[in-house]
Amino acid sequence: MSARDEVLARIRTALGDELPVLAPVVRDYRTADDLPPGDPALLDLLVDRLEDYKATVVRCGPDEVAASVAARVPPGDVVVAPGLPAAWRPDGATEDDGRPAVELASAAAAVTGVAVAVAETGTLFLDGSPVSGRRALSLLPDFLVCVVTADQVVGGVPAGLSRVNPVAPLTMISGPSATSDIELERVEGVHGPRTLVVVLVT
Amino acid sequence: MTAVFLGIPTAPRGVGHLRGDQSFPDAAREALRDGQLRANLGHATSTIRGKRAAVAAELPDWAELRAAAKAIKTATMARLDEHLLVLERQVTARGGTVHWARDANEANAIVTRLVQATGADEVVKVKSMATQEIGLNEALEAAGIAAHETDLAELIVQLGEDKPSHILVPAIHKNRAEIREIFLRTMPGVDPTLTDEPRRLAMAARAHLRERFLRARVAISGANFAVAETGTLAVVESEGNGRMCLTLPQTLITVMGIEKVVPTWRDLEVFLQLLPRSSTGERMNPYTSMWAGVIPGDGPQEFHLVLLDNGRTATLADEIGREALHCIRCSACLNVCPVYERTGGHAYGSVYPGPIGAVLSPQLTGVEDNASLPYASSLCGACYDVCPVAIDIPSILVHLRAEHVEAQQHTTPEAVAFRALSKAMSSPRLWHLAQKAAGLGRFLSRGKATLPAALPPPASKWTRTRDLPTPPAKTFTSQWAEEHRS
Repeated sequence: MSARDEVLARIRTALGDELPVLAPVVRDYRTADDLPPGDPALLDLLVDRLEDYKATVVRCGPDEVAASVAARVPPGDVVVAPGLPAAWRPDGATEDDGRPAVELASAAAAVTGVAVAVAETGTLFLDGSPVSGRRALSLLPDFLVCVVTADQVVGGVPAGLSRVNPVAPLTMISGPSATSDIELERVEGVHGPRTLVVVLVT
Repeated sequence: MTAVFLGIPTAPRGVGHLRGDQSFPDAAREALRDGQLRANLGHATSTIRGKRAAVAAELPDWAELRAAAKAIKTATMARLDEHLLVLERQVTARGGTVHWARDANEANAIVTRLVQATGADEVVKVKSMATQEIGLNEALEAAGIAAHETDLAELIVQLGEDKPSHILVPAIHKNRAEIREIFLRTMPGVDPTLTDEPRRLAMAARAHLRERFLRARVAISGANFAVAETGTLAVVESEGNGRMCLTLPQTLITVMGIEKVVPTWRDLEVFLQLLPRSSTGERMNPYTSMWAGVIPGDGPQEFHLVLLDNGRTATLADEIGREALHCIRCSACLNVCPVYERTGGHAYGSVYPGPIGAVLSPQLTGVEDNASLPYASSLCGACYDVCPVAIDIPSILVHLRAEHVEAQQHTTPEAVAFRALSKAMSSPRLWHLAQKAAGLGRFLSRGKATLPAALPPPASKWTRTRDLPTPPAKTFTSQWAEEHRS
């Protein structure tokens, strides 16, 4: 018997012949948001949560994105996601052209958009789309800028997960890289970007 | 119904890390003598307990999320075979390859073969309980493949040639000064002026691993969740070492216990709220990676998923004990456990320490191979209260104790004592005599509130770890009779 068949047979033996009738899972937790996406209260909550994780938040108008990004990034190569709108790109930035991923490590900063942001947990969802970029882009450069538009900000985790494609390469980012491995005290900055700047477009 | 009766094999002996060299009481006695260990654990667990309580209280629907999590896990286990088949179909349809492993030996052989097929002689690893459980690093090493742990705590354990002592923070038993000493001793080219400031230590780990990440061709991970209906795997982490492993190498091998499957994408909205708040006490962990199969142009272009049994189906056969399979490895039960806080994780002998380990390890191995673990608890119930999936750990502990007692071939002194007690308690005359006899114990106490711990055997087995109160001068019934004589 193959390992597959044997493990499956063991499961069926363990469960017995009579399969129980299952009650449906009751989902009486908060499955939907009270506030519409982009509500000012959600934006404030998102900013509070991000800052609590030691991310830097910059609020700006739609015309000021490129300038806001340029004012924050360190000197050196700035690589942007291929689908990042032209109006968000700082002068001199280069587009991620699919170069070998490890070459991204030498870039000074990366700039991406996001798919959705969850205010309650301070979480940005990147989904591998052209505007979010591939996963290595938001990982290897030590400085990451994520541009979030107000309409992308939802309240809770259920609303966030319902807005992304489950089979896309997803990365949920909540603050800069961190560890609690030394005496369970949180320290920001290990292997991922040590600096996270969120530009919130309102 | 038990696995033994049904003939379902438990995790094999001689491989992996589910069994200790000593019984829990013996190992615990050694640990309790280590004042540094107790100080480190007391500090770390009290820090995390406070954080967890604060962020769990922040969610108005915590109780409802917990109930939903329990219901999802119960429903998943009841049709585990069907969900695994759906998962296999989805992962395969998206370009992944699914392997099944009956036990640790088979899983180790599969992974070794897959690494060898790539020609690589080293791998980078994301922290994974499943690969710790099966002793994968040792198996790879035996095949000439170096396995580099990349989680900071796992790295500390690996460099210190130590053993993990906590599910979430395997180096919880080490303080910053001890970690600095390990780094200075073992990291090639480390800055000799390294201080014990956690930030400096984390930076030393970053520098040590950076080049390994960039050159790695094969990564090995575990999985926190696997969504059957979409074939999506999820790894929850903090440092970014997980993302490095899951993104940069050409080949990714994920080893996952079969109980980690959840049926639907929507189920993640429950677990991704409960897990980070219960484990690190954060509203959300810094990074969660999710992927389904192979994604052209983004991440590993070869993906293997190894589905591991290793005693899980044997655990599933126990209608009460199977609830231990609901565990999402948050470690909240370790952090609140008065026993764990004092003994630390090594005393449990298994990679799964603490309350959940005390119910999981004996079931994976068969209770006879971890017979002391179901007793490694005061049954205070704090573990049940904090468990985000509401596993009734105290009830499973009692159930396993009963199973262990029933499995005894020889009559134990304890069994004889309880049989005699049962007889005495069912006869008023015998009970009265027994109470009078117990009164003699007052002579041993010499006026103290408890009897001395150094009673002769077999009574010493009881008094060594428990305070036996001195019998009162008068029993309740004799006092009642005196006061109500008129």
